[in-house]
Amino acid sequence: MSVLSQGLQPRSLTPAALWRRRRTRRYLLQAVFLLAVGLVVAYLIAQALDLELDFDFLSGPGGFSISHQWLTDYVATDSRLAAYTTGIVNTIRLVLIGIVLTTVIGVLAGIARLSSNWLLSRLASLYVETIRNTPLLVQITFWYIAVFLELPEIVENRNLFGALYFSNRALALPFVDSDGAFGIWLIFLFVGAVSAWWARARLLRGEEATGRTLHATPVALLLFAVIGAVGFLATGFPLAADVPHTSVTPFGIRTIDGGLQVTPEFAAILVGLVLYTGAFIAEIVRGSIQALPRGQSEAAAAIGLSAYQRMILIILPQALRIMIPPLTNQYLNLTKNSSLAVAIAFPELVFVGTTIINNIGHAVPVFILIFATYLALSLVVSVVMNALNRRVQLVGR
Amino acid sequence: MAAALFGNANAIEFIPASASDRFELLASGEIDVLIRTATWTSSRDIDLNSQFVATTFYDGQGIIVRSDSPFQSVTDLQGATICVTGGTTTEINLQTRLSELGVDHTALSFEGDPESLAAFTAGRCDAWTADKGNLAGQRANFPAGEDGPEAVRILPETLSKEPLGPVVRDGDTEWFDIVQWVVFGTMIADELDVTSTNVTSMAANPPNQDIANLLGASFDGAPVLAFGTSLGLNATFMQDVIFQVGNYDQIYSRTIGQIGLPRAGTLNDIWTNGGLIYAPPIK
Repeated sequence: MSVLSQGLQPRSLTPAALWRRRRTRRYLLQAVFLLAVGLVVAYLIAQALDLELDFDFLSGPGGFSISHQWLTDYVATDSRLAAYTTGIVNTIRLVLIGIVLTTVIGVLAGIARLSSNWLLSRLASLYVETIRNTPLLVQITFWYIAVFLELPEIVENRNLFGALYFSNRALALPFVDSDGAFGIWLIFLFVGAVSAWWARARLLRGEEATGRTLHATPVALLLFAVIGAVGFLATGFPLAADVPHTSVTPFGIRTIDGGLQVTPEFAAILVGLVLYTGAFIAEIVRGSIQALPRGQSEAAAAIGLSAYQRMILIILPQALRIMIPPLTNQYLNLTKNSSLAVAIAFPELVFVGTTIINNIGHAVPVFILIFATYLALSLVVSVVMNALNRRVQLVGR
Repeated sequence: MAAALFGNANAIEFIPASASDRFELLASGEIDVLIRTATWTSSRDIDLNSQFVATTFYDGQGIIVRSDSPFQSVTDLQGATICVTGGTTTEINLQTRLSELGVDHTALSFEGDPESLAAFTAGRCDAWTADKGNLAGQRANFPAGEDGPEAVRILPETLSKEPLGPVVRDGDTEWFDIVQWVVFGTMIADELDVTSTNVTSMAANPPNQDIANLLGASFDGAPVLAFGTSLGLNATFMQDVIFQVGNYDQIYSRTIGQIGLPRAGTLNDIWTNGGLIYAPPIK
């Protein structure tokens, strides 16, 4: 409304004139809309009050066992809540490992796509285009049924270097085994890390003040290694190599004991999620690098930096600023897609939730619980990523 | 059911239900009757808004293993990995029975039979547990590429009672009555030897009062006991059912008999032969 038209309006309005005023019509429309929204909300509340939203059933015994456990020791006589918590822990484990691996794969593939090496860039394109354009559920089922279940059964001599086992019961690799003094050694490591960090900061300040090179990083690493080694000796070697080996039960069941073991179910869902999300991250990385002005990499080349230094020191830190918001989306996608593990017997939270529903019903409360859990997980991922985003953003001056 | 309602056994829409969504499909009204391998249990009958109509098949849980494996009984499965369908009574029975027997094992829960079959044939599991009726079917159809039925055998033990039968929604008593009496009707027809081949002649000239009551016909000029009419159906609905679908024995040999589960002498034989198939009389 311009000042001019307001000036022309008479003081008293006939009903017809009132109707013609745009402001009146807008208010009326708003009122109708508000009424409609109010009715819908009232209906939903009335419906919600009708539902049985009682969570008491969660305290009853689960009755079923859970095949994959990590840091939990749920047994069938524990409560359904404990079963569900085991599901949450399984999801978190999948998401944490998945996010780390998918970032590595995505960044490598993204950089590889821009490589001047023809073979490397074509391989990266092939990976991105194949994975990105096929459904995730199909991929996960493929990894499970066509890859990991097709591995041989456990055979004593079917291994690599006497220590790596690839079987359809478990993939096993050597790991370290810790004893009780391990915790004390961790304290040593922590002290070492803190003092190394402090020493490096001091030396860097010295470098700035005097202009002499004081080798801040090597000195700090050496300090950390020395303190770590002293602690390792002092606690009496708290770590030992834990090499997997096979054994046979009296009824001929072969098992793999020791080492770091990964079941085919976990491997399939992890590989599926990591490769799928990685393909999208690769595109984000490629796009973020290409979004930087060409001058950045040309200027870096002009001052004599190698290709590796250009990427690590100049390009990636700047590309990171553009990357983080879309990267957050991909992390959230990975978190939510982890529910597809229901297809292949990996007991994550949806799997456990639907098992509970099948045993005793209460579908609505269980699904509310599942929604709330994913919401909480996603919010945690968002909060962390937003904090990171604020840290790396350019400070406006 | 469709033969009883519409006089046409094909007037039915089948909606595939998985072990995980079947009771939701029923409760939401997506399906009117659930006929699958659903076990009648107290908690399902009471808590799941569902009502079990009758037991049409007395099953029990069994365990299938590869023929060349050394397992002869359930107690041999110490340390074994066992495939099972998640969210079922089967899963809970396995847990309960094996821990009672002190058999330490890993249960791997799958979405359904195809997934369990894939994992079992790949050697991911040492054994696979399900209702014996189901296992017999799986054995009969065991993939030829995996050496067919001879490659696997079912252990002798029965781990549980699994009464299977149709399920309807809570609260619709008329519909419950209809489903129930169609089921009972096929059992009574079996008991009275009324089959799809002789039903037409029996209806025209019923040999006794019981058969006349079942088929909605008149015996010796006596008034017709039209129990179909009181169900809201045609008085002669059982004639349609038996003519088009057959009696209990015919249905059994057409379906379960085909997968190598004989009926004679088992719990599923008619009560006059010492089995548990027993329907209330039509009076």
